[in-house]
Amino acid sequence: MTGKNIVGIIFSNAYDECIPELTGLRTMGSVPFACRYRLIDFPLSNMVNAGIEKVGVITKANYQSLMDHLGTGKPWDLSRKTGGLFLLPPFLTADANGNGDKLESLKGIKDFVSRSTEEYVILSDSNSIFNVDIEELMDFHTEKNADITIAYKHGIAPKLNDTLVMKLDGYKKINYVAVNPQIDGEVDYSLNLMLMKKSLLERLMNEAVSLNHTDFGADIIQKNVSKLNMFGFPLKGYARTIDSIQTYFKANMDLLDTENCAHLFNSERPIYTKIKDDMPATYGLSSSIKNSLVANGCIIEGEVENSIIFRDVRIEKGAVVKNSIIMQESFIAQGTSLNNAIIDKNVVITPNKTLSGAENYPIYVGKGIVV
Amino acid sequence: MARKMECIAMLLAGGQGSRLGVLTKNIAKPAVPYGGKYRIIDFPLSNCVNSGISTVGILTQYQPLELNDYIGNGQAWDLDRSNGGVHMLSPYQQIKGMEWYKGTANAIYQNINFIDRYNPDYVAVLSGDHIYKMDYNKMLDYHKQNNAACTIAMLEVPWEEASRFGLMVLNDDNSIAKFEEKPKNPSSNKASMGVYIFTWSKLRKYLIDDENNPDSSNDFGHDVIPAMHSAGERMFAYLFDGYWKDVGTIDSLWEANLDLLNPKVDLDLSDNTWKIYSKTPIAPPQYVSASANLQNSMVAEGSQIYGEVDYSVLFHNVTVKDGATVRYSIVMPGAVIEEGADVEYAIVAENAVIKKGAKIGKRPEDVTDREEWGVAVVGPDVTIEEGAEVAPKAMIGKEEE
Repeated sequence: MTGKNIVGIIFSNAYDECIPELTGLRTMGSVPFACRYRLIDFPLSNMVNAGIEKVGVITKANYQSLMDHLGTGKPWDLSRKTGGLFLLPPFLTADANGNGDKLESLKGIKDFVSRSTEEYVILSDSNSIFNVDIEELMDFHTEKNADITIAYKHGIAPKLNDTLVMKLDGYKKINYVAVNPQIDGEVDYSLNLMLMKKSLLERLMNEAVSLNHTDFGADIIQKNVSKLNMFGFPLKGYARTIDSIQTYFKANMDLLDTENCAHLFNSERPIYTKIKDDMPATYGLSSSIKNSLVANGCIIEGEVENSIIFRDVRIEKGAVVKNSIIMQESFIAQGTSLNNAIIDKNVVITPNKTLSGAENYPIYVGKGIVV
Repeated sequence: MARKMECIAMLLAGGQGSRLGVLTKNIAKPAVPYGGKYRIIDFPLSNCVNSGISTVGILTQYQPLELNDYIGNGQAWDLDRSNGGVHMLSPYQQIKGMEWYKGTANAIYQNINFIDRYNPDYVAVLSGDHIYKMDYNKMLDYHKQNNAACTIAMLEVPWEEASRFGLMVLNDDNSIAKFEEKPKNPSSNKASMGVYIFTWSKLRKYLIDDENNPDSSNDFGHDVIPAMHSAGERMFAYLFDGYWKDVGTIDSLWEANLDLLNPKVDLDLSDNTWKIYSKTPIAPPQYVSASANLQNSMVAEGSQIYGEVDYSVLFHNVTVKDGATVRYSIVMPGAVIEEGADVEYAIVAENAVIKKGAKIGKRPEDVTDREEWGVAVVGPDVTIEEGAEVAPKAMIGKEEE
């Protein structure tokens, strides 16, 4: 297992500001996704599936839901005597008040990095959803004799404030990096999954500190593109980076395409999540359900179409749910009709209401609200 | 020495359940899948945890491999504890030799040392093959109030079925006057549920006496309980009035699954205050396609539904392809129902494949001789070839290689 030699680092708060509705009370990593997961399940499972045994999760704010979700790391087999899961909240020092860039976060976990005995480190965000074979990425890294390997995808670049757009040569070597350039059309953009030697990360961090650098993408990656051997690892199959509530909505709906779903949830590299011990989903007499994903614990007696239904959702008889995402433990009463809606956790929609968003702009109902 | 426990549970899970045929060929009856994501043993185990009994010995003998694997360290039931927790107890070799568990009482007898480690005041002896939700703690309170040596949980069964059960005739104070084991003309309809609480010091003595009696069949129902009764021990019945089902036969297993779809049946698995825990497989959400026609059913995660499903229980990772129909049936984990196949009044076991156009089972209305009708069973890992038919009441197992 190559993973034994890699320590994982996940930024759970990175890009929270892209979906303020969903991250008002939680981290990007704990945003619910695909009926029964949280976004952090994807990077975490990717790492575990490659045999990585030590993962640090960097948190900055609002991490109560994340802690609740991760617990001791048991569902990911990361509840260990040696290694395992480390939650890394900020120290109460001047550092914690930084602008929230990844570089600041990494400075805050300097001790965690230096104490790790693994030779390599892999960095990941929480807002990109994909299933990758990190062992294959490691082989690629070794074969190319790379200093830094960055997983990338070809397509329309996400609109993050520091999206890295790259130009690669025929050997997948990165020759040019632009930070959030204003280009339309398809490009090769970084999925921000980066592998390098731990010693290199430490060296780059020390340089950044001494030069008072503050921007991970611009100062660490872009500035070093000609000095270091950087390679791009092309991600096969499904990937989506969440940069807005619209892409969050789309990413969920992507899974109604069985091919995307089969790639993301392939049985060789399963995605693990917290277990809830719900009963199987129950469908009532004369319920109608079409082209939808449903989690355990739901009781569905109404009509559901093109929707993503999370655990323990109750949809009463006579309710109609179309093109919507309904999160955990929400209740949709009879006679209510929903279209293009994102309903957060523990919401109650009382009888005979009609909520409808636009196709390109879903309506959002916040956690615990009674409509 | 382990810390003292007030009450520990001994769960009898060694039964073969031979009437379940191909379903229990390679697994013990308590490991038989039930209710879309559970196994039968999840019910007594979850009852223990929910009742605050955190030390459980599971007595296994017949085909323990799958059960051992399933229970593991007990983590799924929160029974991975520093004090107590779950223990798999198989027969083992001792200095005087080695013997199998000769009967239910002998199984407990052989584990007296295990029980003594916890120095309990009370021991609950439970059967691993019934579906019910019950607070053993309330029963223990009742046992203590009565200062009883033994308390037996009982429920009232319909009079016409009473002769299938071990029955109890009660005095006014619910103490037990008389036992009747499967009588032809029952004088009571109060049946034993196979749930006992004993005062350990009493039970210990009777187990040793029973072992020293060469004529005994070493069974709780036949030997130990009657011996305690005739010796005049204080024995009480504890009335239970919820859902309870013995899933000992194919028909009762089928029925117990479909009971979950009946809103009139008093077995609520969505109750968060009394969860039934199980080892959860890693599976994505279930997908119901645009072509599917799904109603009145229970479906677990990882399943993909393209065909028609009505009044059925589908376990995890089941595939029902386009144009296939599944009605009044139980489909266990990983089974595949291919295009145009027709499954009615059937149990399709784990990883079975029903190929295109095959027909499994029949509606009772479509059978001329009602005596010939029964639930059709396709055993684990069996493949039913294209267009083949499996008659009602038939049971298809995998051929030995």
